[in-house]
Amino acid sequence: MSEKDVKNLEEIFEARIARDEKIEPKDWMPEKYRQTHIRQISQHAHSEIIGMLPEGNWITRAPSLRRKAALLAKVQDEAGHGLYLYSACETLGISRDELYEQLHSGKAKYSSIFNYPTITWADMGAIGWLVDGAAIINQVPLCNTSFGPYARAMVRVCKEESFHQRQGYEIMLTLCRGTEEQKAMAQDALNRWWWPSLMMFGPTDAESVHTEQSMKWKLKRKSNDELRQQFIDQTVPQADLLGITIPDPDLKWNEEKGQYDFGEIDWDEFWQVVKGHGPCNKERMNARVNAWNNGEWVRDAAMAYAEKNEKRKVAKAS
Amino acid sequence: MKNLNLYNYILTIADNSLILAQRLGELCGHGPNLETDIALTNISLDLLGQTRSYYQYAAKISGEDKTEDDIAFLRIEREYKNCLLVEQPNTHFGHVIGRQFLFDSYHLMLMEKLQDSPDETLAAIAKKGIKEVSYHKRFSSDWVKRLGDGTEESNAKMQEAIDDLWHYTDELFFMTEAEKVLAEDGIGVDISTFKKKYYEEVSEILKEATLSVPENKYFAKGGKEGVHTEYMGYIMADLQYMQRTYPNMTW
Amino acid sequence: MTEKRNWPLWEIFVRSKNGLEHRHFGSLHAADAEMALENARDVYTRRNEGVSIWVVESKHITASNPVNNGEMFEPAKDKVYRHPTFYDLPDEVKHM
Repeated sequence: MSEKDVKNLEEIFEARIARDEKIEPKDWMPEKYRQTHIRQISQHAHSEIIGMLPEGNWITRAPSLRRKAALLAKVQDEAGHGLYLYSACETLGISRDELYEQLHSGKAKYSSIFNYPTITWADMGAIGWLVDGAAIINQVPLCNTSFGPYARAMVRVCKEESFHQRQGYEIMLTLCRGTEEQKAMAQDALNRWWWPSLMMFGPTDAESVHTEQSMKWKLKRKSNDELRQQFIDQTVPQADLLGITIPDPDLKWNEEKGQYDFGEIDWDEFWQVVKGHGPCNKERMNARVNAWNNGEWVRDAAMAYAEKNEKRKVAKAS
Repeated sequence: MKNLNLYNYILTIADNSLILAQRLGELCGHGPNLETDIALTNISLDLLGQTRSYYQYAAKISGEDKTEDDIAFLRIEREYKNCLLVEQPNTHFGHVIGRQFLFDSYHLMLMEKLQDSPDETLAAIAKKGIKEVSYHKRFSSDWVKRLGDGTEESNAKMQEAIDDLWHYTDELFFMTEAEKVLAEDGIGVDISTFKKKYYEEVSEILKEATLSVPENKYFAKGGKEGVHTEYMGYIMADLQYMQRTYPNMTW
Repeated sequence: MTEKRNWPLWEIFVRSKNGLEHRHFGSLHAADAEMALENARDVYTRRNEGVSIWVVESKHITASNPVNNGEMFEPAKDKVYRHPTFYDLPDEVKHM
């Protein structure tokens, strides 16, 4: 294909997206579109499965049977969401094994929030309330993204995730209506998870490199800063309702703008964690690599068994 | 307690589900791949659901002001009546599958009898449980075959797990005082009636999986009377951590 | 030892309730068809979404190529006489 042909195809392609047409896996697409989508969808999938670990940490210690079942179901959903997303990514011509390889070698990224430790039960509440809350804001617009398989996976994810945030908020609410000790536990969790949650929306618009292209391909509908503001505006009243305080002395309602002003995010911390030096980066990666390596003989056995069975069937038939 | 025997009988069944669910819960996020992880978590959730139904019933008949959580979290280790099999650790995936398979086979036979109990609550829990446990058994038997008849390595690992766990199978059929009394009353199940069938069925699947059936002369017991393996203390430490550290609170 | 093979990909179709068609729900990995069914049950129907599941290994699906969409689908666009609105009838004619 000549350069001119490609350019022509690209124009047609961009026009289709602009008309809100969906792109399906077998359609022609610019290589950059494919690569960007592999990167973003797999990063999203990795985040789901790494995200199982901090919450999985509390399954055996959940304080009631009801909470234990809900948490278990929630962490399982995350495995499901990882699976839907890996499948969407695989339609772009890359296997799940290759994607794992990228994760395990450190080439692929995942959401940094999961590199923070879960040290009390209240962290289960804070994660559900804040981390899932932030994730929902990021994810809902993706239900309309341009790549069909990704959009469909996100519709399923968003539908299933609706109970996650409520589960978290209910944990917080119960703690805040409980004893002084419980309320202190809730406050402490908010103190530790608030800023990392704000960082989930990524660098400020001025620093963000991918935004313009992502907007065009509908991988993004609003900028990082807009989404962050939306999150803060909707979360502050929820904290008030709980009766706990957001750990930001500069947080205050701006009547004129109709939104909250807030303090400076510690971007040094953000980059430290992104670059692999957060509190749990090593532990999270080790857990994934171990699960995968320890599972190899199991996966191989299932494959060998399937092949033997296939041969037996053929032998029987002939 | 007026219904002490019935109460103890319920716990004898329910504690198995709780402790096995707890063991499976440890695995969530660490399975050999996503599909298997999700499947094992489903089993854990089924078992937890059963546990809650049993404990709610036990709490009701206790005549005391108890909740399902009091029963689940606030007994001392010696008061847990689960068999030793379910508390065995997730050493490797062969042990996870072996433990599940040896328990599911027993569990299904128990549920099939229990559904005919004149005690309506127990019968209802069993009826619902049968559907779940049938699936568990199918899942675990399929995996025993895959691992047994898979690669040389998986065959060795599966055999190792079965050899390790076989030691705990006899206890499944040990009858506690409460079980004897309830079996006589016709409310509980006389588990000794299906011991032979259990070993036949299990052996058949092991053979199909190209595994050898262990020929133990000696077996462990004690769990059903509250004398557990050393693993149990650590299960308790996790399970009860919150309730013990922060007593008398609502979660 | 033959070359290492990973669990192949399967496409999952679920009937939500009797009376409806099987619909494509997504895909997953499994070593064989039985496992694909079991995995599909655990992955795609854990919220009570189905009464029947079909699984088919992805490589067995033959798909049309979008490059040929012009010749494949466009000729059907102008066959307006296949649609009831093509025919003019007086308003007095009922139930037709």
